[in-house]
Amino acid sequence: MHDIIAFLPGVIIAVVGLIALLMEAYKKSADQIYGLTIAGILAALGVAIAALFGDSGTAFTGMIVYGGVASFGAVVILLGSLFSVVVSRDYLMEIDLHRGDVYSMILLSIVGMLALASANDLISFFLGLETMSICLYVIAGLIKDKKTGAEAALKYFLLGAFATGFLLYGIALIYGATGHTNLTEIAAVAEPTLMFMGGSALLLVGIFFKIGAVPFHMWTPDVYQGTPTTLTAFMATAAKSATFVAFVLIMSRMLPESDTDIWTNVIQVVAILTMVVGNLIALAQDNVKRMLAYSSIAHAGYLLVGLAAGTPEGFTGVLYYLFAYTVMNVGAFSVIAYYERNKGLDFTEIESYAGLGFKFPLMGVLLSIFLFSLVGIPPFVGFVGKYYVFAAAINAGLIPLAIIGVLASAASAYYYLRVMVYLFFKDSHKEYSLKPASLLFSSAVVLMAALTLYYGIEPVLPFSGLIELISSYYSL
Amino acid sequence: MIGIDWYLALSAILFTIGIIGVLIRRNAIVIFMCVELMLNAVNLSLISFSAYHGDIAGQILVFFSLSVAAAEAVVGLAIIIAIFRNNLSVDITKVNLLRW
Repeated sequence: MHDIIAFLPGVIIAVVGLIALLMEAYKKSADQIYGLTIAGILAALGVAIAALFGDSGTAFTGMIVYGGVASFGAVVILLGSLFSVVVSRDYLMEIDLHRGDVYSMILLSIVGMLALASANDLISFFLGLETMSICLYVIAGLIKDKKTGAEAALKYFLLGAFATGFLLYGIALIYGATGHTNLTEIAAVAEPTLMFMGGSALLLVGIFFKIGAVPFHMWTPDVYQGTPTTLTAFMATAAKSATFVAFVLIMSRMLPESDTDIWTNVIQVVAILTMVVGNLIALAQDNVKRMLAYSSIAHAGYLLVGLAAGTPEGFTGVLYYLFAYTVMNVGAFSVIAYYERNKGLDFTEIESYAGLGFKFPLMGVLLSIFLFSLVGIPPFVGFVGKYYVFAAAINAGLIPLAIIGVLASAASAYYYLRVMVYLFFKDSHKEYSLKPASLLFSSAVVLMAALTLYYGIEPVLPFSGLIELISSYYSL
Repeated sequence: MIGIDWYLALSAILFTIGIIGVLIRRNAIVIFMCVELMLNAVNLSLISFSAYHGDIAGQILVFFSLSVAAAEAVVGLAIIIAIFRNNLSVDITKVNLLRW
């Protein structure tokens, strides 16, 4: 297979992103660029789904991998991007950000994510991560005339650049200890020397920062709150998925033989901290968007449980959970964006949600589906994802970790269900009407809800297929 | 002939100065300069490792990291200008940022 074909989704998105930039320069309308963006993401998604069932291998002299884990990661990233872009139009028009450059920035950050999620070399890992992050700094600062937006961007940028320093130092030390940057070549010659362990630790610090794990999570709530809501969904799902897929690749390819125990212990501690702190602070939030930001920290904790297991089963669980998390989280953020569009009514605090469920039943029911799924209640996909992750941890002998995870997710039920209590069981005394949702928006949200339900009821088939994909990938 | 140890020590010292600067300074631009110092300290490490191993990959990575740092500077300075327009100050304690 030709190298370009192996990275075709990324190539398509890159070309479309550059065309979108040019169209913006030639003053084409934002709707044209919006349509082009959706078409490009759909094309790349089709190619990525086809590649999922193709063969796997490495391309560009071992810089990237394709097929297996990488293709699944690309599918999740593109799915998250597709849904968040589709639901963005109505919301961005409301805040005067329905502009071509916003969409080209989204596309260019997807290129970085796709490179990151297929990185087989520390150089491509670094480049993918930075391409993604630099575009995300811009996206975080889109609302630049409000203080929250500029603050979010500054905070994200300064902390992100700081973390990049650690990450790059980690890469330099690993390179110094082994003389290689390719993940498999590093694994072949790695000795647990001080330099190699120090380098890996710094690399992990950089990754923990990007996924927003406690104690490196301080930027997450502020950035998620300051970013336009539908683009928060994009950052919270696509960017996080890309980083987690890269984390899986590094754990499975670079660190498998060399003292995995140490890293398993480190990830366990971080996972416990992330789940407990994320959920506890989310309990105290009255701002719904900030609550979802803390809940996404908690979800990073559940994902880390699967990584702590360190087995192919655990990695597969992580990948499936990423899919589940992407679908339900973009859904929840979309409905919140639908409420927030009505600027005069100010739907930010949970009190303002009182009575919305019965007044506007469709969106209320959809939001409830996503929230139930985020809790991890059985007929929804969130339960299946959590089940695979925790089962992998138990099979790997990490029973205390799994117990803490289950308790933490039980505690999370409080703040998710609280939103539903306000939606359906509280009365509001105000009379108002919401702006109608466009057909495209409604159908995208309904489709996400359908996926949440379908993969909750019919989970076995895609998962066994996924295990096969991953095991074929391991025999590379 | 200066051994690799000296280069690595210098790089580690510069990196530490960068970290300390990020943690104690309050001006966003100075913090950003300290981040750049960290990145350049790493570049020094990479080049000396590259020479030590007789392998070109480290030097290639330096070129990439330089271009990444340049792109970061573009975005970062734009963000700092946006903050300045909102607050008429680039003192990060005055924009109510939580400290890490």
